[in-house]
Amino acid sequence: MEQSKENNLILIGLGVLLLITIIISFQLGRYPIPTKEVLGILLSKIYPIEQFWTGRVEMVLINIRLPRIILACLVGCALSAAGAAYQGVFQNPMAAPDILGASAGAAFGAAFAILNYGSSYMITVSAFFFSLLTVCLVYLISKRVKGKSILGLILSGIMVGSLFSAGTSFIKLVADPTDQLPAITYWLMGSLAGAKMADIKFAIVPMAIGLVPLLLIRWRLNVLTLGDDEARTMGVNANQIRVIVIICATLTTAASVSVSGMIGWVGLVIPHLARKLVGNNYNHLMPASILFGAVFLLLVDNISRNLLTTEIPLGILTAFVGAPFFIYLITREVDAF
Amino acid sequence: MSIEVTNLSFSYGEQQVLDDINFTAQDSQLLSVLGPNGVGKTTLFRCILGLLTGYEGQILLDGIDIRGLGIEEMAKLIAYIPQSHYPSFNYSVFDMVLMGTSVQVSAISSPGIKQKKLAEAALKRLGIYHLKNRGFTRISGGERQLVLLARALAQDARILVLDEPTSNLDFGNQVRVLTEIKSLAKEGYTIIQSTHNPDQAFLFSDRVLAMKNGKVLAWGTPAEVYTEDLIYKLYGVKVEMESLYHDKARVCVPKCIVEEEHVYRVCS
Repeated sequence: MEQSKENNLILIGLGVLLLITIIISFQLGRYPIPTKEVLGILLSKIYPIEQFWTGRVEMVLINIRLPRIILACLVGCALSAAGAAYQGVFQNPMAAPDILGASAGAAFGAAFAILNYGSSYMITVSAFFFSLLTVCLVYLISKRVKGKSILGLILSGIMVGSLFSAGTSFIKLVADPTDQLPAITYWLMGSLAGAKMADIKFAIVPMAIGLVPLLLIRWRLNVLTLGDDEARTMGVNANQIRVIVIICATLTTAASVSVSGMIGWVGLVIPHLARKLVGNNYNHLMPASILFGAVFLLLVDNISRNLLTTEIPLGILTAFVGAPFFIYLITREVDAF
Repeated sequence: MSIEVTNLSFSYGEQQVLDDINFTAQDSQLLSVLGPNGVGKTTLFRCILGLLTGYEGQILLDGIDIRGLGIEEMAKLIAYIPQSHYPSFNYSVFDMVLMGTSVQVSAISSPGIKQKKLAEAALKRLGIYHLKNRGFTRISGGERQLVLLARALAQDARILVLDEPTSNLDFGNQVRVLTEIKSLAKEGYTIIQSTHNPDQAFLFSDRVLAMKNGKVLAWGTPAEVYTEDLIYKLYGVKVEMESLYHDKARVCVPKCIVEEEHVYRVCS
């Protein structure tokens, strides 16, 4: 079969998989809800049908599970897309969304807000702001680095990131050990527990502003992976595309980290999984990463809220699931062609 | 399309890399640039391709100064074929060739049917259509070079710049790649290539540009330029040259290799 037709089928399959995962996620929880009721309640929102479920069930489903499921999908999409995009512009398969210090900045912002304000809205805003600030700093510093621009960006990212990590450690040192310190620690481990519609409203705009251009210019990303000189001689302004991608990927990363805390591995592992499925062409890779990211984070979040009586922080689980899976991926026979 | 380089000089800081380079290449001409490593061939190519801008002198494409051309306008006139390499990510041969057509579509769209046809035609033109669905990093060095050449054809520019297209290839692939390049020149492309093999430069080229220390040592038809003296001046090795097939080919071999107390050296 034609390679691209096969990939289109895989993308449709991923979409179906995502739908099934969403419906299963609605059912799972301390309060199991049967499929029929899940579909009934969801349908009743767009099409009037006679109620055959209790109000309590509807409350759990709409107010608790729905925001959490939406947020898991959004964060999964955003991190995977950002990871795939960064891997392209840095011509480096090991690039992840935190390569330019976005996560380290967000962590500092969240810790700073927990220390000074404590309200969950301020934590989100501060994490988002510091995440963007960190990447801006990294970019400005890298402009002054002599030599290759990509190396300059990566080195500046490492340095500024570690600076903010040190800042976070300092805040942990001075934070009140009875309530602030556990709050910071818990935030750093990443979680979607207590996801609210307000979080979704906050994150969805920057995520959309970032994701749409990433999807639109995805063919250009292919050309960029060949290096700046080759891209230029093929009529693609490598620097321009790289700046656009960095802005977009940073917006999506900052938005997701600010509502979910630090969730590692998704942005590195999922794009690679997608590469194994549909190949390296971003025309298929970008949508595949986005769909797969949503499925993966939803699955992991289900484990996080159902495996034990207490919630397991997502960041821990993504590492537990992601790392062995990644090892399996890189040790088995590589791509199909 | 013609390319005309006049009084081109370039320096990295204090170090002058190119010093008053002059040459022209016309339609249907294959120009080979000869010279030892580090002589400025790559810098010359980077200037011609518009990748380096801080040069003195002038580079004209069909009479148009490239200083006034944007990245996209340049890509429609001149295509670059790098040395065969391994990219960070493995693409199918077809995708690789299709990337050459990027300049024909806007930044927010992907190559369409017209571009796919161009890519297929380029693959067929070079006899590598059967590799279409193979991975670029899984084919041989000679095949990779032909794929990069196909990519440049799909780009639809009339001037091709090749950076040592035959380095790292075995003898058979060298001849095959050069034959393809030669027939592209006969079709009307203007081609500039750098090479380390003077015999091949003589056999295939229409013009030879010999460079030493950033200067032009000789410029002209292979028959005028390619002499024992030139090889000695270029590479510091004395050679003996033989003319074959009524001067259709010339071969040179190092003049003598002597053994002195178990040490071999080229006599000078």
